[in-house]
Amino acid sequence: MNHWPFILGAYALTVLATLGLLGGSWAAMRRAERQADAAGRTP
Amino acid sequence: MPGPGKGKLGFDAAHRSAKQTPDPMHAFANPARFLKIARPLTGWLGWTGALLAVGALAAGLFASPSDYLQGESVRIMYVHVPAAWLGMAGWSGIAAASAMQLIWRHPLAAVAARALAVPGAVFAALCLATGSLWGRPTWGTYWEWDGRMTSMLVLLFLYLGHIALGSADRERGGEGRVTALFGLVGAINLPVIHYSVVWWNTLHQGQSISFVRASSSIAPEMLWPLLAAALGFSLLFASAVLMRMRAELARLKVEARLRRMASE
Repeated sequence: MNHWPFILGAYALTVLATLGLLGGSWAAMRRAERQADAAGRTP
Repeated sequence: MPGPGKGKLGFDAAHRSAKQTPDPMHAFANPARFLKIARPLTGWLGWTGALLAVGALAAGLFASPSDYLQGESVRIMYVHVPAAWLGMAGWSGIAAASAMQLIWRHPLAAVAARALAVPGAVFAALCLATGSLWGRPTWGTYWEWDGRMTSMLVLLFLYLGHIALGSADRERGGEGRVTALFGLVGAINLPVIHYSVVWWNTLHQGQSISFVRASSSIAPEMLWPLLAAALGFSLLFASAVLMRMRAELARLKVEARLRRMASE
């Protein structure tokens, strides 16, 4: 059995999930901090 | 319940009390002090972790040798083991934060526990998926209901339960005590996962690295990429947790501000 499709599948899944986690966390952080800054500036 | 002009987790009270209590555990109870450290640390952890992880994965794919028994499929170890370690480390963090929330009422503990849940669930799911992809060419099956795999699946369900409980609690405006209790009780699954390969006759292989005995049955040319991958993904995990904590603190700040405006 050729092992490489399983190896590449596992690596691709890990990279995509990690990038998705980091990207999602970063976007949520930027959005929340922008809202907090805007709320702080409101008199 | 918080009074007018006060955050749900005592956002403002924490600011005041941290000035009066300089003990080490409460030194970072002040969100402003925590954020002063978390902001530069987020990027530093993320970029260092990315460099380490990319280098380790490249070494795992192209430089490390294949195994005499498992062949090329052993390369899946460089993504599977860090995912398993982080899946378990994430719940250990949730349990520690839950204890800090319930016993010492640390104002950042609930924020930390909530921030750990999604990254922990992602890595627990990755552990199961990569393990399944490793199992097919090695054992001839994607899945077996053995002790290690089943207890890891239970951990993923615990994470999903924690995320759902935390979200429901946040919508109700609660203090998150039930979620914290769930985090503590769920930690009972961690020794079950760890010792499953000892207690039961499992298809999953036994422990290859022991930090307690400082011993390893893995060849050094395989061990170093594995440790680098574990460290790299751990730094990325920590960066994601800090981002999620910063997002949660910003959200609490907006809520505290809106409450103050409503009471004026």
